[in-house]
Amino acid sequence: MKKKEPTAVTMAARTAAILFVFVIIFTGVLSGAYLWTKPALEASAAEEKMKLIDEVLPRSAYDNELLKDTVTLPASPLLGTDEPTTAYRARKGTQPVALVLEAVAPDGYSGKIRLILAVNLDGSIAGVRVTQHRETPGLGDYIEPKKDRNKERPWITQFNGHAYAATTDKEWKVKKDGGQFDFMAGATVTPRAVIKAVRKATKYVAENHEALHASK
Amino acid sequence: MIERDEFRTIVHNGIWKQNTSLIQILGLCPLLAVTTNMVNGVMLSLATILVMALSNFAVASLRNFIPHEIRIPVFILIVAALVTVVDLLFNANLHELYLVLGIFIPLIVTNCIVLARVEAFAAKNPPLQATFDGIFMGVGMLWTLAVLGGLREFIGAGTLFSGIDLVFPNLQPLQVLPADYPGLLLAILPPGAFILLGCMIAWKNWVEARAARRQQRTAVPVAAGGCH
Repeated sequence: MKKKEPTAVTMAARTAAILFVFVIIFTGVLSGAYLWTKPALEASAAEEKMKLIDEVLPRSAYDNELLKDTVTLPASPLLGTDEPTTAYRARKGTQPVALVLEAVAPDGYSGKIRLILAVNLDGSIAGVRVTQHRETPGLGDYIEPKKDRNKERPWITQFNGHAYAATTDKEWKVKKDGGQFDFMAGATVTPRAVIKAVRKATKYVAENHEALHASK
Repeated sequence: MIERDEFRTIVHNGIWKQNTSLIQILGLCPLLAVTTNMVNGVMLSLATILVMALSNFAVASLRNFIPHEIRIPVFILIVAALVTVVDLLFNANLHELYLVLGIFIPLIVTNCIVLARVEAFAAKNPPLQATFDGIFMGVGMLWTLAVLGGLREFIGAGTLFSGIDLVFPNLQPLQVLPADYPGLLLAILPPGAFILLGCMIAWKNWVEARAARRQQRTAVPVAAGGCH
């Protein structure tokens, strides 16, 4: 008997079946790789986060598992956030010590500047770092300690120790605007945005003090 | 397995004759984006070499099972899956290197060289040859991007190897021109990449034309002897 020529339908069904098999195989490969690497990826993401937190709050200041003791902050204009963020609560024994939270300066020279800051229980700032920005390289990027030419005392560290309650809005500005913070000539939009965002974030912490530090 | 001549042809095609950037003019999108300095260009090329070798190998091994009509979707599936797997494995096992190379791996998706070599070579050749083809096409891209990146940062900013401290923390970028060199922004912007790539293509054509002329001249005297 002569072998029948495949019709268009059987032909289409056959190629579809083969394509399907390929999709199954490679989806399997992908999910295998994903599941296999997941623990390592999570560990390195946590490590990265801890490295960042270490810059704003020394590890000696607290003894709890910081990444596990979190509180979700709703989107707030004071934080500049438009979706909920996670804040980490540092404690020593049962005593709250500080709060690590994210803030966004929406009015950087080119887009948003993302910050992470640690605020001590008394409202003073333990540290601020920029986590993401698109400020002009060589001009506005001194807000990042790595790019700052002043290695001894990078610009971003001058917030340390300042508290919301002890200062007024007027003092919390660059020197050019009558405030107390340094800036570098040629790039004032960037520090203004950062200073404003830090001010608002500390205000947020001061206003929500009770709720933020309440134990679980 | 593989003959010497065949291997030499693959190497020559990849590095010079069929150079992806200078002859095939493929993969211009990552080329424009990352050749603002030499280090980035080299890093992207290294990531591409890895992915091309793997995808060419995979496709060449499976080539007899892939129906001709649906080869393109299957190739895309294979390449996309491989890039993602490489990305995940790098991130999990070589995290330090991933922090340097990582941003370039997703960029490979925008690179049509991978698909072009899979279609043009790997689909018709055995796995070993296909793997070499992937590697040497990548090497061809590597030197082109290194030269282009070097030219762009030299003309644009007066430096060489900027960003190398991110790869090797104990090395420093070179300030070739005096520090007060004002820089030429055009070279750093995408049009600069097009202009300099054009110059490189012109240079390659000039080299080839010269070689062809020389060959002619050495061939001619026998036929035209005594006509001086």
